[in-house]
Amino acid sequence: MNGSPPAAVTLRDLEKRFGSFVAVNRISLEVAKGEIFGFLGPNGAGKSTTIRMLCGLLAPTSGSATVVGLDVATEAEKIKSQIGYMSQKFSLYEDLTVEENIDFYAGIYRIPHKLKEQRKRWVLEMAHLEEQRGTATALLPGGWKQRLSLGCALLHEPPVLFLDEPTSGVDPISRRSFWELIYEKADEGVTVFVTTHYMEEAEYCDRLALIFRGELIAVGTPGELKRRLMRDAVLAVSSSDSQGLLAALEGQGNLKDVAVFGADLHVVASKAQQAEETVRRRAREAAIELHSIEVITPSLEDVFVSLIEEREEAERPLAEVKS
Amino acid sequence: MSWRRYLAVARKELTHVLRDPRALGISIGLPMLLLLLFGVALTLDVDQVPMVVWDQSQTPASRALIADFSGSPYFSDMGAASSYRQIERQIDHNRALIALVVPVDFARRVASGRTAQVQAIVDGSDANTASIVVGYADAIVARYNQRLSLALAQRTLGRNLPLPLDLRSRVWFNTEMESKNFIVPGLIAVIMMLIAALLTSLTIAREWETGTMEQLISTPVKATELVLGKLTPYFVIGMIDMVVSVVLGRFLFHVPLRGDLGLLLLASTIFLVGSLAMGLEISVMTKNQLLASQVALMATFLPAFLLSGFMFPIENMPRVLQLVTYLVPARYFITVLRDLFLKGVGWSVVWGDIVFLAAFAALMLGIALKKFHKRLD
Repeated sequence: MNGSPPAAVTLRDLEKRFGSFVAVNRISLEVAKGEIFGFLGPNGAGKSTTIRMLCGLLAPTSGSATVVGLDVATEAEKIKSQIGYMSQKFSLYEDLTVEENIDFYAGIYRIPHKLKEQRKRWVLEMAHLEEQRGTATALLPGGWKQRLSLGCALLHEPPVLFLDEPTSGVDPISRRSFWELIYEKADEGVTVFVTTHYMEEAEYCDRLALIFRGELIAVGTPGELKRRLMRDAVLAVSSSDSQGLLAALEGQGNLKDVAVFGADLHVVASKAQQAEETVRRRAREAAIELHSIEVITPSLEDVFVSLIEEREEAERPLAEVKS
Repeated sequence: MSWRRYLAVARKELTHVLRDPRALGISIGLPMLLLLLFGVALTLDVDQVPMVVWDQSQTPASRALIADFSGSPYFSDMGAASSYRQIERQIDHNRALIALVVPVDFARRVASGRTAQVQAIVDGSDANTASIVVGYADAIVARYNQRLSLALAQRTLGRNLPLPLDLRSRVWFNTEMESKNFIVPGLIAVIMMLIAALLTSLTIAREWETGTMEQLISTPVKATELVLGKLTPYFVIGMIDMVVSVVLGRFLFHVPLRGDLGLLLLASTIFLVGSLAMGLEISVMTKNQLLASQVALMATFLPAFLLSGFMFPIENMPRVLQLVTYLVPARYFITVLRDLFLKGVGWSVVWGDIVFLAAFAALMLGIALKKFHKRLD
């Protein structure tokens, strides 16, 4: 990677096992400085385990990783002053007030007294919590708590920010304003490593990694990942009975994949024309009324669903041989 | 270690305590309550033993003997019986601990110089009390005998007979031989150990349970800063408890406080740090509040109560148990407290126990620091 800025985060064959369970299976990737890097995958895929290894909270079983050039296995304590971390669960002190939480972390990060008031003001302003500075944290709504957590994680102006599902359980408007804050920090050169299972959030990221059952399945920009699937066509099918139609389309050879997508079905096939005919025929036979069929640009979700299914398809014979 | 981070942790921990009035109330109120309850209820003194009498003789001589019993502070006359059946019932219903049976021929035998037999039936369920009661009865009868013999000698010889032997005992330190003077200092040690370990046993476990620990260990905070920072506010509370206990002991239970207060403060400080660190260590290892508080209770209260010499003299224990008591920190603190309260001795006597307390404190702090890892696995 000559000429490009040095990587803020690197993973080399990073592996974590809990007993015989492989939580993270030899993942390698690089995150550039100032990048918003999304880590996408279903629950239990190994996202949190990876982020915890990068924050120095879990020791890797094998492989290595660096954060701002520091090794997670040997220099974890040095890394801890260079990062901001927001865990999945709200983890500030509920019985302390907003201001007391900020003061506590200002002390923990040893923010110089001259800077302290300024940083505190910045956090309160950024999180829109000036009026609530004396309120017990427990009384704040979810989205506000998240903003306060982010503020505390950014108090010491770390170059790298790790966010583990920062917006889970937060309403869409708060989620949007949260992402605006993240963009702001990225513009200032902060590297943001964020896990999520919201597809719309994945679209906000500069680059994405899809992780499934501990393995890295794909890495790229949202655009690249979508183009990868452009070879196939995606049909959005609206009908009176999506579940029934799903069953009726089971085992049709010329359809690569059928999945429920909101109230509709998304059908993936190499030839759009042929696929449309199959859908119409099967709907007629099952007496399901079709409202519309149209060829659409695949969304990230389509990409991931098909990538995951491809992977499962590839693993199946292997698993059968094993057992 | 950073002073700044230590202060941040200590301040945060203090805020937790002050914000939870119930916890604060328990941490100050519980030791006072325990001291009052145990201090009043726990007494090893045996007096006013309920007694029934079956006086078959009904003579001035028998009444004089009975008056010796009921007139002493050790026995209180609970009435007369007129059959063994009645005596049995009184003892069965715990209305009497001792029954005195004076035979019909008592006065006759005494007057004629033949030995008279008086029966004492004692409830032996509580062996310790029973043996004390028998001792009292022996002493009263001995005095009665002595009086009779002297009177007889005077009558026959016409002059007073000198006693061959006279024991003059002088009790030091606890002149009134009141068991509370012995119990209260020990009780303070037992309660302080229990409270201190309970106070800190929850703090680290709570942070693991609520998830705040995950955030905390992602920061540059060090184990020393965290452990000492968490210890500090509880040390202040523990010292308040200690002072309240000493004041209660001195002014409510009237236990004399003869020793050097500075020495008492030093010993308390060291003991408290050790017990608080032990609670933290339990908290670090269990990571679970319920388990931590139960372990703290078992690990402090039982040994401090049973194996410290608080109630049961260490010299009377089997050899193996005696050796075990050397590992019970309360043992040393109880010795120091009793020495300071009752004997008023100085550094030259208590330094050995204080060294043991310091070693205990250092060991507990060391283990707590070593066992605390800034890792999730």
